Amino acid sequence: MIAQLIFIIILAVAVYFFGKNVSKIRRNILLGKDTDRNDQPALRWKVMAKIALGQTKMVKRPVAAVMHFFIYIGFIIINLEVLEIMIDGIFGSHRIFSQPLGGLYGFLIGAFEILAVLVLTACIVFLCRRNVVHLKRFTGTEMTQWPKSDANYILITEILLMTAFLTMNAADYKLQLQHFGHYITAGSFPVSSLLAPLLPGSASALVITERVCWWFHIVGILCFLNYLPYSKHFHILLAFPNTYYSNLNPKGKFTNMTSVTNEVKAMLDPSFVPENTGEPGRFGAKDVTDLSWKNLMEAYTCTECGRCTSVCPANITGKLLSPRKIMMDTRDRITEIGNNIDKHGKDHQDDKSLLDNYITREELWACTSCNACVEACPVNINPLEIITEMRRYIVMEESQAPASLNNMFGNVENNGAPWKYSQADRFNWAEEQ
Amino acid sequence: MENSKSEIKIPTMAEMAAEGKEPEILFWVGCAGSFDERARKITRDICKILQHVGISYAVLGTEENCTGDPAKRAGNEFLFQMQAMMNIQVLDGYNIKKIVTGCPHCFNTIKNEYPGLGGDYEVIHHTQLIQQLINDGKLKAEGGESFKGKRITYHDPCYLGRGNDVYEAPRAALEILDTELVEMKRCKSNGLCCGAGGAQMFKEPEPGKKDINIERIADVIEAKAQVVAAACPFCMTMLTDGVKNQDKEQEIKVLDIAEITVRANGL
Repeated sequence: MIAQLIFIIILAVAVYFFGKNVSKIRRNILLGKDTDRNDQPALRWKVMAKIALGQTKMVKRPVAAVMHFFIYIGFIIINLEVLEIMIDGIFGSHRIFSQPLGGLYGFLIGAFEILAVLVLTACIVFLCRRNVVHLKRFTGTEMTQWPKSDANYILITEILLMTAFLTMNAADYKLQLQHFGHYITAGSFPVSSLLAPLLPGSASALVITERVCWWFHIVGILCFLNYLPYSKHFHILLAFPNTYYSNLNPKGKFTNMTSVTNEVKAMLDPSFVPENTGEPGRFGAKDVTDLSWKNLMEAYTCTECGRCTSVCPANITGKLLSPRKIMMDTRDRITEIGNNIDKHGKDHQDDKSLLDNYITREELWACTSCNACVEACPVNINPLEIITEMRRYIVMEESQAPASLNNMFGNVENNGAPWKYSQADRFNWAEEQ
Repeated sequence: MENSKSEIKIPTMAEMAAEGKEPEILFWVGCAGSFDERARKITRDICKILQHVGISYAVLGTEENCTGDPAKRAGNEFLFQMQAMMNIQVLDGYNIKKIVTGCPHCFNTIKNEYPGLGGDYEVIHHTQLIQQLINDGKLKAEGGESFKGKRITYHDPCYLGRGNDVYEAPRAALEILDTELVEMKRCKSNGLCCGAGGAQMFKEPEPGKKDINIERIADVIEAKAQVVAAACPFCMTMLTDGVKNQDKEQEIKVLDIAEITVRANGL
């Protein structure tokens, strides 16, 4: 059949391009430095189950949590229906699961319809929050044209897909009632049966409606699939590995740089010979390739929800820093590097870097390292790590710390305290009774 | 039990070692606790508590150095590791196993970052020590100032709370007081920074609408608290400045958990 052939071609093309773009993102992520996140697999699975699957960090904002839960559950469960559409599309069958599943099929279709309504509701509420209520969290300097439209495109697409699904069912339901052609009685239609009176009565018009919605629905899903790698919506895939590779240490614990340990040990003990740790890299991060692959994975996982920025004390008090912008800049920069590699080969330099071209020093120095952003992220992203790495570059490679911090460094080095007091006075407190 | 209010004798590790003794616990005072006038009072209060309950302890005195925390948060990993390795040498030289700190920054650094450089110690913050002593029945809230009827709120230091998940210990020290404990709208894991962490204490803030400690004091005022309990010398400075800035010195007192404990027990 010609329809089957067209379907198979569309499916193959969609899967091919999606795979190609995902592998590009994977390559981009792996441009980051290595970091070991494979210890304690049992705990890692648990964290992933709790945070990504269980959505436990979403609940801090109840309205968003409930609405997001509808969309999330809708997305997961509706995949069963998509599977049926795929099989029908390839083999030219119609509602192939209805025979083997029997009564359960009716229940499932009914459940999908109710979920579709919940998803529709959530998308409309989300659209209103962004475009009518203008929630503060969704504004900010980094929420420029594209991030704003990205969110709207996602929501509108989901509304269209759900509407097509319900209209398709309504037409199918009407055809079933007429015992028309291969439209055998299958499924239960608690929502679409209410839409049925709005549709035309003639069988031919209904068949056209059903087919148009069917194609629109599945082709829409395949297009949406290919939109993911360009969008913040990619989190639906990356949230899982991203939480699996979470930082399991206490949030206050910063990494101890091994390269520095080797140098310090050599300074304190000239006979110390460090283990060969490969070619000496940069201290800290000037560009995204100085960050770890985990930092880069986080950048691709970020949904730009702004929970980090809305709790950031620096941002709240009007300073330039926005943890969300740190993540978005990181993603934009690594994507740019990826595109350069595709166009000009892997050794291409574009004389740009994450520091200065994307993130300013003023942003970096405004951070209090309080971990509020890390705590707030629903998928365990850590903007603080990137900020710290960039501060390390500014201080250790460039010696460009603010003058007052240089004074503090000098005091620590010479007096063993961040203030200019004599070491000999350190115990004076004991004499004041 | 030596319990005289006028005399506290602070033992140092050097003296103890000279006598061939090893204390049960080292009290790591920290730079603020050693040099900042307000924090020094809290340092002495922590010593009073240790002395009161009869724990054998000592301090390093002039042998103590900055842990390197502000250097590390500002990105100077070299300086941090130099400090850390020198401190580890001193600590190991005295065979120290257990440390109590008066500062969440020292606490976090020694507990989490020193092990990777060879310094393994059991580290607790002074509020955790106070909680243990309350649990063991060694500390009560008797014999001293009454906080009855006062509205007290607690400000979570980032490096104690979010940094290390210590939320309950400081609150336990307040719960035994006959007082009204209120939470600010931003508390525990949602707590708001005082503005001093990440080496901000040592520089001017970046330009913005206001300073972070002013934003935080608004939470205190909104909670109608008469006392803000702190557990960090940097928070102490920032909160005190914030209260002054809002002209609320008469209505709102900033007190460390150790100070409140000492007052409530009349030490």
